[in-house]
Amino acid sequence: MKRKVFAYPYIVWMVLFIAVPMLFIFYYAFNVDGSFSFSKFWATLSDPEKWRVLWVSIEIAFGTTVFCLLLGYPVAYILSNMRRSVAGFISVLFFVPMWMNFVLRTYAWQAILEYAIPNLLGWADKTLTGSVGSVMMVLVYNFIPFMVMPLYNSLSKIDKSLIEASGDLGANKRMTFFKVVLPLSVPGIVSGITMVFIPAITAFTVPALIGNGNYNLYGNEIEMAFKQAAGSSGAADYSVGSTLSIILLLCVFISTAIMNRFDKDHEEGGNLL
Amino acid sequence: MSKHLIDLIDIRKTYGEDDALKKINLYIRDGEFLTLLGPSGCGKTTMLRLIAGFTMPTEGRILIDGKDVSSIPPYKRRVNTVFQKYALFPHLNVYDNVAFGLKIQKLPKDEIDSRVNEMLELVNLKGYGKRWIDQLSGGQQQRVAIARALVNRPQVLLLDEPLGALDLKLRKGMQMELKKMQQRLGITFIFVTHDQEEALTMSDTVVVMNEGQIQQIGTPIDVYNEPKNVFVAKFIGESNILPGIMKKDLLVSFMGRDFECVDSGFLRNEPVDVVVRPEDIDMVPKGSASAHLYGTVKSVLFMGVHYEFRVECGSVTLTIHSTDYVEPGTDVGIVILPDAIHIMHKSLKPEELDFTTADELLEAEMDAELEDKAE
Repeated sequence: MKRKVFAYPYIVWMVLFIAVPMLFIFYYAFNVDGSFSFSKFWATLSDPEKWRVLWVSIEIAFGTTVFCLLLGYPVAYILSNMRRSVAGFISVLFFVPMWMNFVLRTYAWQAILEYAIPNLLGWADKTLTGSVGSVMMVLVYNFIPFMVMPLYNSLSKIDKSLIEASGDLGANKRMTFFKVVLPLSVPGIVSGITMVFIPAITAFTVPALIGNGNYNLYGNEIEMAFKQAAGSSGAADYSVGSTLSIILLLCVFISTAIMNRFDKDHEEGGNLL
Repeated sequence: MSKHLIDLIDIRKTYGEDDALKKINLYIRDGEFLTLLGPSGCGKTTMLRLIAGFTMPTEGRILIDGKDVSSIPPYKRRVNTVFQKYALFPHLNVYDNVAFGLKIQKLPKDEIDSRVNEMLELVNLKGYGKRWIDQLSGGQQQRVAIARALVNRPQVLLLDEPLGALDLKLRKGMQMELKKMQQRLGITFIFVTHDQEEALTMSDTVVVMNEGQIQQIGTPIDVYNEPKNVFVAKFIGESNILPGIMKKDLLVSFMGRDFECVDSGFLRNEPVDVVVRPEDIDMVPKGSASAHLYGTVKSVLFMGVHYEFRVECGSVTLTIHSTDYVEPGTDVGIVILPDAIHIMHKSLKPEELDFTTADELLEAEMDAELEDKAE
């Protein structure tokens, strides 16, 4: 019972910085001249440009997730088959960049793509930033550890004797992979996707720094809406930004719900990541 | 019996610096129930894994049905394994676990169906097909593992301590069932265990192993009654192992006395180890004329079917099993009949004896020699 006391600071924190701001968002979205109304909410929703940006965001987040999975799975698979000590050392190498601030790393990529590579190749008036490819590449770079980690966790938990049993029953390595390893790593795949897709759909720094304004994603759209409102003269109208935030929140909830459903099939217990 | 199904020829297996197996030669006949018996780390599981193909021998060849399989991967061998912890697939239900091998072979669906159901019936799990593995008890998982292996109709079934995780009663039941199954199907079983009782009750042939070497190969009766060395005598059943001198054929001297025995073929006055099983020693009243030796009962333990006595005879303490109770402190006469005595060549490795130290051995030998000269 007494242990509950230790949770209080966190509860206070949650209320102050998560619950209260949420209430503000709902307040701004549905408050029209002091009374509750859907009018501004519907007005924002009827803007097709906003839906287009949302769709692009989902597409880029989806692409990022697919690339992370395709690149991350082999890495996690190889790591899980190594001796623990070696795997530990190599994964430290993977995670060293993560100890540096995410924005800092993105700035580094900006410098590399905008100046370093074009200079090296002698392209005087070209940069590699501002393309969908570069945005997605930096997103993949930033998020791939979050894919590798849960995959590694679930792959290394697979009992080696199951692999032997599969071979014993006549399955070659390829069949063993598809019939045993892959199905047993589904929990890792699901949490990897969750760990990548949801942050990617709300990505904001990367498109801002790498996209050169050509690839504004939903996060950037929200930023712009709030900035515009705050910068305008008179009483700030935060309804657009709040409405967009609610939509994004819904997207996050829906994808989490879908992922949870997948995860239910394999109750393997939680991973660290 | 019948032809060789498996031949292990000069097999050596090393892990780094350690020899897991040192020059093993063994053949396994078609249709037999062979047990690899030994303490943990003796190389028995390594041997099983070599036959299954999970590891490759460092040296030597493995023949199955006369063909060298040393470099053939497990999935191409007609050998199936029941793993120590069953290794059932947790993402598949019972039916799909059993059907795994048949689906890999791409057999027609109705054949898979009939074979899986037939197998589930054989292991008494009819109607359990839809269950998940984690909904089964240990004994049921065990049966699924056996069904999953046998459904492929292997030439050889390898069983790696499959009964280790079961409680005593279930284990006894499974021992009977496995033996029956083996006889009915006529498939060669290679069974790994460290439980000597299990090995004796189930096997046609017992291979006793220690430190990567085969100590003895024989029928259960052979290895129990005629152990080849101190290790086998101590590992299989309980025994009194005493230093002695083989005076001549059919006459051995130990515990300061000559005994008639049934063994021959030793050198004159060869130092030997004498094995006497606790149940083969009789206690008689003190003054009895038939007594060979005299001793005092030091302690008694009730073991269920019998009592276990420690009887001090001079400098030696004998372990004796008897169904008749004798009060501790009683002086008794001891009878050891010729066919209770089994003579072994002296073990070359005195460190294997833990209750008779090397020094004690030497001393006993010297004593015996002195006695000899005195005569």
